Amino acid sequence: MRKKILAMPNAITPNRPVIFDSGKCSGCNACVEVCPMDLLIPHPQEGSPPVVLFPDECWYCGSCVLHCPKKGAITLNLPLIQRVRWKRKKTGEHFRV
Amino acid sequence: MDWNELVETQGIPKWPYPIRYGHEKEISTDVVVLGGGIAGCWAAISAARKGVKVALIEKGATIRSGGGGPGCDHWVLTPNPLSEITAEEVVDTEFQETGGYTNALSRYIAARESYDTLLELEKMGGKIRDEKDEFKGAQFRDEGTKFLFAYDYRNRLHFRVWGTTFKPALYRECRRAGVMVYDRAMVTSLLNEHGEQGRRVVGATAINVRTGEFFVFRAKATVLCLSRPQRIWQFQTERTGFDTLRPQTNTGDGHAIAFRAGAEFTLMEKSAFHIMGSGDGFPIYGQGNPFNTWHACTIVDARGKEVPWVDRDGNILKTVRERYLPARGQKFLGERSQAYAYRRPQLIPDLAERINKGEFTLPLYADLTSLPDEERRIIWGMMVREEGKTDVPIYRTYTRSGFQPEQDLLQSYLFLGSDPLRSPALPQKRIFGEVGECGGVVTDWDLQTTLEGLFAAGDQLFASNYHHHAAATGRYAGRKAAHYALKTRESRVIRKSIEKEKERVFGFIERKEGIQWKELNAASSRIMQNYCGDPKNEELLKIGVLWLEDIAANEVPRLSAPDPHKLMRSLEVLNILTCSEMILHACLARKASSPSLGFNRYDYPEKDPPGWHTFITLRQEGGKIRTGRLPIDFYGSLKENYESRNKDYLLLSGSGRTPGSPRL
Repeated sequence: MRKKILAMPNAITPNRPVIFDSGKCSGCNACVEVCPMDLLIPHPQEGSPPVVLFPDECWYCGSCVLHCPKKGAITLNLPLIQRVRWKRKKTGEHFRV
Repeated sequence: MDWNELVETQGIPKWPYPIRYGHEKEISTDVVVLGGGIAGCWAAISAARKGVKVALIEKGATIRSGGGGPGCDHWVLTPNPLSEITAEEVVDTEFQETGGYTNALSRYIAARESYDTLLELEKMGGKIRDEKDEFKGAQFRDEGTKFLFAYDYRNRLHFRVWGTTFKPALYRECRRAGVMVYDRAMVTSLLNEHGEQGRRVVGATAINVRTGEFFVFRAKATVLCLSRPQRIWQFQTERTGFDTLRPQTNTGDGHAIAFRAGAEFTLMEKSAFHIMGSGDGFPIYGQGNPFNTWHACTIVDARGKEVPWVDRDGNILKTVRERYLPARGQKFLGERSQAYAYRRPQLIPDLAERINKGEFTLPLYADLTSLPDEERRIIWGMMVREEGKTDVPIYRTYTRSGFQPEQDLLQSYLFLGSDPLRSPALPQKRIFGEVGECGGVVTDWDLQTTLEGLFAAGDQLFASNYHHHAAATGRYAGRKAAHYALKTRESRVIRKSIEKEKERVFGFIERKEGIQWKELNAASSRIMQNYCGDPKNEELLKIGVLWLEDIAANEVPRLSAPDPHKLMRSLEVLNILTCSEMILHACLARKASSPSLGFNRYDYPEKDPPGWHTFITLRQEGGKIRTGRLPIDFYGSLKENYESRNKDYLLLSGSGRTPGSPRL
């Protein structure tokens, strides 16, 4: 069943500075309370992961991850334009973030 | 969850916090500390320990806020029992580095007290020693104290520290010491006695950034710790926080409110050319590089050829160990000083040229694999983890993606341009407070500003820098403010001042149409690029002033802030506009060029001519801007001035840290 198509503006770029794993996140909102930019808000439904309201304001400090009580519930998602590469010395093989 | 996803499934959510516009709360206290960063927390703790009531106002969440929140890997320029370097010598490194435009007063205070501060931090729970013996036997470790040192292994002046533990420890101590912490509250103004600019400061106003509730703090002493302005010349509307050391909550709020209250500033005409803040940089310390956190990593080119390291005399260093030692005839190494006396070993200075000539093949890489095991582990896993914004964004992210420091070469993007580290396209795209030393508030030996009752610490001070300096000056200003509060009677706050401020603050909340904060910041940064770029001249600077007045008259009244968060951002941009105005006037007043200040004028091209090697001061009086001068050696005799004013402290702590003191 095709999803309904809505009239939405372009997403702020980059749009996903943090990604929540809803299977692990309990909606405790510790990250909301620690974020220096106050860019997260509690989800309207208690127990759901917070909403990233101001992704353009992310400082990429990772304080949200540092203070999250559940490992893996929140991941910092580095913007694509800031991802770096490295090379394995022995083989010359290339990798990236 | 992404906001887009929520909107598509449930529609636009309501503002999640209760709106309390129109609510007002008055808080009476002895000392109010403005800003809950490193300086602010130390000031609050220090004042509370003197037995006075303390309130702390913080825009974010004190447990992690500010430039020092996410972490810190080095506590530098700190005379201590394992080092023979004196406080006077430390101050000289900054004097040489800045061409004399340094805050020798605050630097000396920091040099005398930052070791004591470090030990106190340990008592609060900050980790400062290699307790787990992860680096037992390392060249940079002192076996007796388990301290780890950076940059100069002989002189042991710069500590390596586990700074991710610091802010939470400071926050806990604030609470334990009884400090009333007001998080999510933005300071909006200082209150002068009788509501008159230039008179004693008797408190501050603030708003809650989630609810819009208004606060009036009445205090006998106020400590200003609001860091420094950013986003003056550059503003990326969608990448506001990409590549800055300091968070974008540092918007010069302290500069703006203190200037409006009549305090004196200096060095406001200083600026620099740097990639930080451009939105085009990489995560700090997240790419292959040989600086600070990554000192002194081997750098190789695409074919594995090593880029040589040289000492200050250009001698090529044959071993990794030599990169951490002074050169022949050199006494000690500064933290990052380029002055000959203190210059650290670095990569060959003509690297860019030699890349162009084909001697080295791009891209370059940081080669952790070839370092001695202890040097590799201290960089990747300690320095990169403990330095701010490195644990989660770099260490964990790269490890998760498979990066292995024993096997992998991390690419460097710094050397893709012809001039390493200076890649922004245009010289007009300058920085003010994003990195290095910049303009700030002038103080006396009590760290009291020219406004009675208003003290200042940390990056709020002119020519300040570094975590250790913020900590030590915060600790110092806190005890001075407490001392002042103990011998001062309360003063009335004029209702008219409060009403006037509420009008200014809440003027945009009802507006339905108009521009929002980003467009205003983008415009103001553009004005500064065009009229305060590089080089400058009288005509351009004056038009810049006119433009800002135009914006204040035409665009600011159309600002719209639909919620308290955007209200906070709007007030920040108004502060950026005030800082821009300050900068333009300071630039007009300096009728000479000065390389140390990054200041060039077409119409006054002579570099630091006689009579112009001086500080230029700026303040408002009766609403008019007045400039003045302060001699380069305004601080007088460092030792005498410090010791005569801190007899109690020296007696009690038995330190103020002279070399060879026994306390470890």
